[in-house]
Amino acid sequence: MPVNMIVCCKQVPDPEAPPAVFKVADNKMTLPPDVKPVIGQYEEFALEAALKIKDTTGGKITALSLGNNFVRDVIKKALAVGGDELILLEDEAFEGGDSWSTANALAMAIKKIGEYDLIFCGRQSSDWDAGQVGLGIAEILGIPAVTLARKVEVTDGQVKVERTIPDGYQVVEVKLPALIVVTSGLGALRYATLKGIMAAAKKQPVIWKPADIGLESSQIGAAGRQSKLDKLFQPVKEAKCEIIEGETTAEAGANLAVRLREAKLL
Amino acid sequence: MAEYKGILICGELADGKLASITTELLGCGRKLADELKEDLSCLLASDSVGEASKEAIAFGADKVYVIEHPALKEYQADSYIQVAEKLVQEISPRIILIGQTSMGRDLAPRLAFRLGTSLTTDCLDLSIDPETKRLTQTRPVYGGNAQAVFTSELMPQMATVRTKAMAPLERDDSRKGEVIPSKIDVDTSKVRTKVLETVKEEAVGIKLEDAPVIVCGGRGMGGPEPYQTVLKELADLLHGAVGASRPPADNGWVSEALHIGLTGKIVAPDIYIAIAISGASQHTAGCSGSKHIIAINKDPEANIFREAEFGVVGKYEEVVPAFTNKLRELLAG
Repeated sequence: MPVNMIVCCKQVPDPEAPPAVFKVADNKMTLPPDVKPVIGQYEEFALEAALKIKDTTGGKITALSLGNNFVRDVIKKALAVGGDELILLEDEAFEGGDSWSTANALAMAIKKIGEYDLIFCGRQSSDWDAGQVGLGIAEILGIPAVTLARKVEVTDGQVKVERTIPDGYQVVEVKLPALIVVTSGLGALRYATLKGIMAAAKKQPVIWKPADIGLESSQIGAAGRQSKLDKLFQPVKEAKCEIIEGETTAEAGANLAVRLREAKLL
Repeated sequence: MAEYKGILICGELADGKLASITTELLGCGRKLADELKEDLSCLLASDSVGEASKEAIAFGADKVYVIEHPALKEYQADSYIQVAEKLVQEISPRIILIGQTSMGRDLAPRLAFRLGTSLTTDCLDLSIDPETKRLTQTRPVYGGNAQAVFTSELMPQMATVRTKAMAPLERDDSRKGEVIPSKIDVDTSKVRTKVLETVKEEAVGIKLEDAPVIVCGGRGMGGPEPYQTVLKELADLLHGAVGASRPPADNGWVSEALHIGLTGKIVAPDIYIAIAISGASQHTAGCSGSKHIIAINKDPEANIFREAEFGVVGKYEEVVPAFTNKLRELLAG
């Protein structure tokens, strides 16, 4: 049975950028233009989870994203790797939201899409790290959710999930439709093939404005927040590292042992 | 409208005892409750709670709500959320605190959306605004590259708290409190998930969270083999444990159980030796509570040297064996 899947993904500033480039000004994170946006790391795993099901069981993948000023080449990666449709909730009014307004808008978009068996989300966005949106969508839609999935299989209207727990994993089974929150452990997102990139280049994303999903601007983005961001700051850290040297790096290693003994650390 | 009063902690048990995160939440909750001059309550839900309810009082709770049901033996969202939601409706707390743990990450957002309130996850600091009595919530964002302070006007006020971010009170068995057995029931027909099996994967030997010394390898190790050789040799010498940053776990070089960082384990050993780890904020989020951090990295500009107390710049293949050999010699002498 082909599986109808929706994968929520977010465009974020590359979280692998060196810590020194992250600068806060006026309560906002500013990044130099050479830090390129990417699809969040956990959403990439979510895409891969969906693609693996498409490989084995067959089905359709709709990628869904919310934001403004999407970089087309970045977000179209979802199509290039094997997604079938791309829907963008793209409007200035979607900016500055919190977990609540984001989950609500995504849930409304999913209702408009209508048919789905599985919804995939990443465990947390690579910018705000809140880890709430996936579960929020499931609550709003009233469907079951399994979090921290590292393996997902669909058989006979059921989904079987390996869920990461602190000392191992659980195998959890749930009926479709369901929402799966994905963590790492199922392998990196596959590379796009040349054919995939060319097909994605030809395909235009579907753009939905707030009114298209039945929401007013007071319900979305910054205006729809339930929590208030009072302050964004960077704690000052004093670097105080004592670098141990030597004639060779091996000698530096030996000297480190001597220094740590001296300091009575070991 | 109901009056919101008091603080409720959603507690957790580990091997029949109060989990350490719950003692930390009680320590933090006690301070906030004293400032508000309101009660500190703790929910303990399991198939059998036993002596843990008395422990919760010894660690600071005024009231402990005990809910026992066979369906609560192992955490499952659809059963736990029922008892948490019903208890919240019954006692309408001003503040709900949950651990940023495997359970808390799964339970807290569901509960917040169900209650129609907002939630701040993974808090490092909580305080009460003396004027509004609202909870001021500080949490790391952007993988730890910044911190954000949040408030909300919605009630109840909800936060999850990072493990090892708060200090528990000294256990005091003479503290007085009330254990309240609750009649709240679980409707098992509403449990939509089924746990088919639970598999333990922990590496043999000393547990990462309990190890006084951790030797942690990063992406720069290049593959799975050094975790079994160079790193293990050093860890064994120091009676410590081997850990890893996220890329080695993502690449399958080591089990996810060894992953230290924002989305892995949070550790706070006496000695943390970071080898070939660049020190991305999302990694240091998991180890910055360590008493002494020692870094070995070939890149002198690596961020880990901003976190470390002692460091060596050089390839781990050259530095670590010499370090281990010298250390063995010194420890023997």
